[in-house]
Amino acid sequence: MHIRTRTSPGRARRGRRLGTAVTVLLSLVTLLLLGGATSSSAAPGAAPAAGCQGTAIDKTVKGTLKNSAADDTPVPDVKITVTNCDGKEFVGATDEAGNFEIPFTSGLGPVRVTIDPDTLPEGVELRTDKTTNVITGSLSTINTAFPIGPDNRKLETKWDRVPDLIYSGLLFGLVLALAALGLNMIFGTTGLTNFAHGELISLGAILAFYLSSGIPLPFTDNDINLPFLVAAPLAVVLGMLFGWLLDSRLWRPLRDRGIGLIAAMIVSIGLQFFLRNMYAYVTGSRFQTYDEFYTPVGKDFHGLFTYTTRDIVVAGTCIVVLVVVILGLSYTRIGRATRAVADNPALAASTGINVDRVISVVWIVGTGLAALAGVFLGFQLGVTYQIGQLVLLLLFAAICVGGLGSIWGAVLGSLLIGVLIDLSTLFINADLKNAGALLLLIVILLVRPQGLLGRRERIG
Amino acid sequence: MPDFISIPFHDGLSPIAISYVLAAMGLNIHFGYTGLLNFGQAAFAAVGGYALAVSIVSFDVPFIPALLLGLLGAVILSLIMGIPTLRLRADYLAIVTIAVAEILRLVVTTSYKDYFHARDGVSGFTETFRSWSPYRSMDGNFLTFSPGDLWVMTVGWTMVVLLSLLTYLLVRSPWGRVLKSIREDEDAVRSLGKNVYSYKLQALILGGMIGAIGGFVGALGLASVQPDTFTTDFTFIAFTMLILGGAGRVLAPVVGAVAFWALLSLLAVLLGELSDLSWMPDSLLDNTRIGNLRFAAVGIALMLLMIYRPQGIFGDKKEIAIDAR
Repeated sequence: MHIRTRTSPGRARRGRRLGTAVTVLLSLVTLLLLGGATSSSAAPGAAPAAGCQGTAIDKTVKGTLKNSAADDTPVPDVKITVTNCDGKEFVGATDEAGNFEIPFTSGLGPVRVTIDPDTLPEGVELRTDKTTNVITGSLSTINTAFPIGPDNRKLETKWDRVPDLIYSGLLFGLVLALAALGLNMIFGTTGLTNFAHGELISLGAILAFYLSSGIPLPFTDNDINLPFLVAAPLAVVLGMLFGWLLDSRLWRPLRDRGIGLIAAMIVSIGLQFFLRNMYAYVTGSRFQTYDEFYTPVGKDFHGLFTYTTRDIVVAGTCIVVLVVVILGLSYTRIGRATRAVADNPALAASTGINVDRVISVVWIVGTGLAALAGVFLGFQLGVTYQIGQLVLLLLFAAICVGGLGSIWGAVLGSLLIGVLIDLSTLFINADLKNAGALLLLIVILLVRPQGLLGRRERIG
Repeated sequence: MPDFISIPFHDGLSPIAISYVLAAMGLNIHFGYTGLLNFGQAAFAAVGGYALAVSIVSFDVPFIPALLLGLLGAVILSLIMGIPTLRLRADYLAIVTIAVAEILRLVVTTSYKDYFHARDGVSGFTETFRSWSPYRSMDGNFLTFSPGDLWVMTVGWTMVVLLSLLTYLLVRSPWGRVLKSIREDEDAVRSLGKNVYSYKLQALILGGMIGAIGGFVGALGLASVQPDTFTTDFTFIAFTMLILGGAGRVLAPVVGAVAFWALLSLLAVLLGELSDLSWMPDSLLDNTRIGNLRFAAVGIALMLLMIYRPQGIFGDKKEIAIDAR
């Protein structure tokens, strides 16, 4: 291996070439993701064979003729012929209500039902040229249909799902924004990329579950059966307590020792590993659901999407909490101090701001937000020790897209990621939807590394 | 032999252990020598394993070209991970590598089922490799290892020795000295006219290829590749091994891995003994929960190591200045 030294013009040219290479690679990855969605087609149906098998039994063909051109009025006196698999014919006609019911006998084999278009009333037309339905299968009562008049049915297309997907994506994004805001506040004030943040989310869900479900606490026979509306805030408060403990017992001593950025990141990885496995230990790795508010009845919103009261409560709480925290950061004393610390800790300290206290508050608020997000995500993802692992990368994608350390960036990034992953299910396999968010993360880093709302100097 | 010796011995030498050692050796190039925080080493192992398996099973590629395809896959993967991030601060690379690793795992778990067979994984690609084994005619086991395992281990540990030698030579070359200076002070290196970005990318590619070789060994050892092998846990276990041994030392991954398996197995034996005690309620330490506790201990160990002894067993604290941003 020999050393290659490059002068800067060469480097710039090479950089561009590399950029092109990456664009090509990324499009390849995209193709890979998209291609993965195409499912294999179903096996073609077996061609009907002539001749009956088995003994002949009594069967019935039923159906109704209605004319969609004239407000679904029944079409009477239309001749319909049933031909069984041995070629024997049974004739019938529709009654005043447009119903027909033709008894026949047949063994196992294809049955042909034919409508006689000449017997249709004047001006009434079949929708298609197809006058014969071939029916296979062994049911003794066969329902068949001959559509008459133009097709008035509302067809469910891919695009009809868009409002519904945007709605569910925004809802998920709002919940994600809570956690992302906390993560970004911690990053902004301490510079720590907290890989254990997902586990603070899981904590909220697990606490809310054990406080409200009436299921015995792990390793005991006692249970706590609080109403969910009491358990949820309690879980958030306990989460905040945990955040305070984490900061004062772990991160503050480490900061005092002058731990580096990378070392701190690896410590947070270790913490993530520890917490996740401890949750699995305590919950016995079970997947559980809250017993209250689990499946509320959906209501239709102008035919666009379905919402539930639970959604309204979740979204409302998220919006109120986000607004309160963001206003708090802008207008309260401690909020202004937080932003000063985020800007320049040394300068903030020299103006008399107690930096440790500010960071402590940031941890408490950040963990509280994460716990609240966890309580809500417990509805959507179920209560499991894996919530954190599932959500952590989406959080990173959200804050990198919005801008590391930026308050509004966290919110914007989360909403974008939430909508994107739900909309991406239109094109790719739903199991792969999170991959779309991670792909967006890579693209954003390529074209605008500071994120949509981030500041240039943060990226180092 | 008592369990607390034979089990760690078996675990620590097995093909799976070799794949972790090789993954950690790749991370040593990334993190130990260049200061790159790659949290997606599992992706490199996955690319190696899957490229080998799928090209043989689905496309009838011969064995050696299949290995080359795996290495090529690792190069492409490093370009995808490195090009957007290596100009940015360390945490961006960390986030993107972990993200790419998860995308890959999602893709092989859910898509192209004709090739990847989802969770069942790909198998049936070891025939050529096995046919080269000198131990085929051997009867019975040698020190608890089957003849098949023994052949994978022979090749695997030879790779470890060769690659350690290569690492040793490389880090003492002028090229290696540039890597180490990037780890210490990127700006200083840049001011000397070196193309830091290009060196970082080369380091990422080299370490990634070693990780892919780890993927080959793991795949051959298990005789199959499955997506669940390549979770982020794989990367973090390799990281813990590396830091335990002492990042920035050639033999750190080997020493770290031996120490890691020994401690982990010892812990399992201890917890097993504890669960047999008469006063211990069954639910407190069933098999799953013993597994959880062992891995929770790995997390604690990683934290404590990073806080109290970031240089590991025999690293040099002065040399490994991981504070660099």
